[in-house]
Amino acid sequence: MLGKLDWSAIPIDQPIPLIAAGVVLFAILAVLIWAGVKGHYPYLWREWITSVDHKRIGVMYVLLAMVMLLRGGTDAIMMRAQQAVAYRSDGYLPPEHFNQIFSAHGTIMIFFVGMPFVIGLMNLIVPLQLGVRDVAFPTLNSVGFWLTATGALLVNISLVVGEFARTGWLPFPPLSELTYSPGVGVDYYTWSLMISGVGTLVAGINLVTTVLKLRTRGMTYLRMPMFCWTTLASNLLIIAAFPILTATLAMLILDRYLGFHFFTNEAGGNVMMFMNLIWAWGHPEVYILVLPAFGIFSEVVSTFSSKVLFGYRSMVLATMAICIISFMVWLHHFFTMGAGPDVNAIFGIASMIIAVPTGVKIYNWLFTMFGGRVRFAVPMLWSIGFMVTFIIGGLTGVLLAVPPADFLLHNSLFLVAHFHNVIIGAVLFGAFAGYTYWFPKAFGFRLDETTGKAAFWFTLVGFYATFMPLYVAGLLGMTRRMQHYDVAAWRPWMIAAGVGTVLLTVGVALQVVQLFVSIRRRDELRDTTGDPWDGRSLEWATSSPPPVFNFAVLPNVTGEDAYWRVKEHARQREFDTREPDYRDVEMPRNSPTGFVCAFFATVMGFALIWHIWWMVALGGVGAFATFVVFAWRDHDEYLIPAADVARIDRANLAARRAALNVAGAAQ
Amino acid sequence: MTETTYAYAQGDPHRLRGIQEAAVVHEGPAPKRIVTAYGFWIFLLSDIVMFACFFASYAVLLRQTAGGPSGAQLFDLRSTAAETAFLLLSSFACGLASIAADVRSARWFQAAMALTCVLGLGFLFLEAREFADLVGRGAGPTRSAFLSAFFTLVGCHGLHVSAGILWLLTMMAQVFAKGFRADILRRMLCFALFWHALDIIWVAIFSVVYLIGSGT
Repeated sequence: MLGKLDWSAIPIDQPIPLIAAGVVLFAILAVLIWAGVKGHYPYLWREWITSVDHKRIGVMYVLLAMVMLLRGGTDAIMMRAQQAVAYRSDGYLPPEHFNQIFSAHGTIMIFFVGMPFVIGLMNLIVPLQLGVRDVAFPTLNSVGFWLTATGALLVNISLVVGEFARTGWLPFPPLSELTYSPGVGVDYYTWSLMISGVGTLVAGINLVTTVLKLRTRGMTYLRMPMFCWTTLASNLLIIAAFPILTATLAMLILDRYLGFHFFTNEAGGNVMMFMNLIWAWGHPEVYILVLPAFGIFSEVVSTFSSKVLFGYRSMVLATMAICIISFMVWLHHFFTMGAGPDVNAIFGIASMIIAVPTGVKIYNWLFTMFGGRVRFAVPMLWSIGFMVTFIIGGLTGVLLAVPPADFLLHNSLFLVAHFHNVIIGAVLFGAFAGYTYWFPKAFGFRLDETTGKAAFWFTLVGFYATFMPLYVAGLLGMTRRMQHYDVAAWRPWMIAAGVGTVLLTVGVALQVVQLFVSIRRRDELRDTTGDPWDGRSLEWATSSPPPVFNFAVLPNVTGEDAYWRVKEHARQREFDTREPDYRDVEMPRNSPTGFVCAFFATVMGFALIWHIWWMVALGGVGAFATFVVFAWRDHDEYLIPAADVARIDRANLAARRAALNVAGAAQ
Repeated sequence: MTETTYAYAQGDPHRLRGIQEAAVVHEGPAPKRIVTAYGFWIFLLSDIVMFACFFASYAVLLRQTAGGPSGAQLFDLRSTAAETAFLLLSSFACGLASIAADVRSARWFQAAMALTCVLGLGFLFLEAREFADLVGRGAGPTRSAFLSAFFTLVGCHGLHVSAGILWLLTMMAQVFAKGFRADILRRMLCFALFWHALDIIWVAIFSVVYLIGSGT
């Protein structure tokens, strides 16, 4: 009846996951009850859960990422604490638990923190920057988000029901095959990524179509803000790379469920084929995460230097070059495979070449700041912190791209330090910069500066204190993922990294505090102008938060830095007071399709993990029926009358005019 | 006036000069039909990337027969030729259905779609018979890595055809219930693209798997 599922799946003998799960469940229940008592359910259902508004979906993606950051961060704290105490001792985490923690940490941080964070910011901002009203496929956008949430939910269910993979964040065979991993851990991994992978692919298709087909009038390719370019590149990579992940995981699933022989040791299976396939996805994935961050830094650096972005064309070229070369370096993840010196040399050189366009970008940001009137607001601090940190990470990356050096450092903590150096230094700092930069656009008030700056400094110092010791330990020969160790020389570095983790934790906690403080002080921090940072691109041309239709009249773009030009024009002459020609606006109607579909996907995923076949069928039929019901509806749009559009827009224009007049008078 | 401020005053801060004018003047968001079809094309591209992985794994594992049968001992080109004929004819019928939708002829549309469906089912029947035959001869997917790759590649295409038939029936029901509404016509456009893309993949399977495979 319930497949492999029975009471033994609940880890009653392990206090840590049970207590953790208890706390989480209690928190969720408390929030649900609080929302119920306050009567928020109808509002949440109407305005958020069924919303197909790209801004709302973007916010939900970012929220998911931040919640999962806490989960993945907790894993990190546990690992650092274990290694700080596990010198000639077993520490406090048994090996099978430790292995699940490092697997869950990587999986969560990449798939359910990095991905939703950047996709959320792209969703929120790109249609605004392009001057349009929504993404190309609003309902699919909602489906994509809820499927990502399904994946995150399944990973977290594994905390209490069964176990998670012990195979690392990429389940390398033959360890991940049924022979060596007979439990459900790997199945939790594969099915949650299969489901969230569909969500990611949908988001990728949506954003590429949006950028290529839905730009406002006059928004030619070379007038798009840099963030739109990096969004395009990143989503092209999603479209080209995520199917590889899907295919690879499908092969692993077939091996595990139906006894196929893709990656097994017997009957001709080929383990190294898995490495090649997974890294053919995995390396572009790194750039899927980091390119949007590069876009965010471009926007932030240009805005807070009050200067046009230096070398815009070279930036576009560099972005697209990275987009292509990122598919030609995958083998550097396993130089030790034994492909021979020729192959290794080619991939080593390609890996060094990809550092060139990245270097171009760094210089462009530096030259944008050069001679500019730099304002050190929180987003700018993250950007400068990124530039310093990322250069170190990039240089250690170039070092690892030298095959002989890689033979020594492969699978060591040096590698761990390197990729945390680039992912935290670029992706996470970029996400935080974007979060602080665009928060007022999404909610209408800025985030508190003091706590923001404190959070930045704790995170920056905490980062160095945590990961520089790992470089040293790696050079001293310490391999990654050690549950305990006997080498005295490593111990001080592990303790130092543990102290660094405390600082990082304070940094993250301060960001939580910042959110609460800012909400309390929201009236003081209110952004009435829609343009709190003196921005340059079109998202600042509408109010904060923008009306559901973004722009009352689609803007007509005449050059780069579209909104800056409008402001220049207004400052030099006067604000264009002519009333635009307001018309009725058609907007897509909300739909519960995404949520219902994700509910069935969750049922189906859970059933597949536990071999409950009737429930699999139920989930499949349910998901299909949901789409048919959606396809059957007669009204998929609603009309906002021109009078309402005019009323909303007049208020926006008045606030903007006042702000510009003040600015003009000051000059 | 320095060159920079001059360029800025000319609305050309990046000094793109003629490049900007050379780019096609952008007229604003594309119409819905274009956007939908474009998005679906991109989905098809990603689907083809997925198939490319299965093709690649097939090529890697081609000789890993683990002492079991190879393609030359297993493949029956006559049955495969019949499958090809069914699938290509069904694509022709699908083309007829698209034309019928264009001229808003519900009767011709339903007839052509029904024919597409029957031909698609014929293809699936032949494929199922082939698979059952192979399993019956002890050449199932668990026999060797080569057969795992073969069943996955061909079976994945078969699953696509099955999903396509489910979609096809849904389209028939929709046109029957709602008529040729704009959104239904857009869906029909996507379905036609999907069905034709399956042909392209089948041609690759026929060439790479069956034609080459039966010779080695």
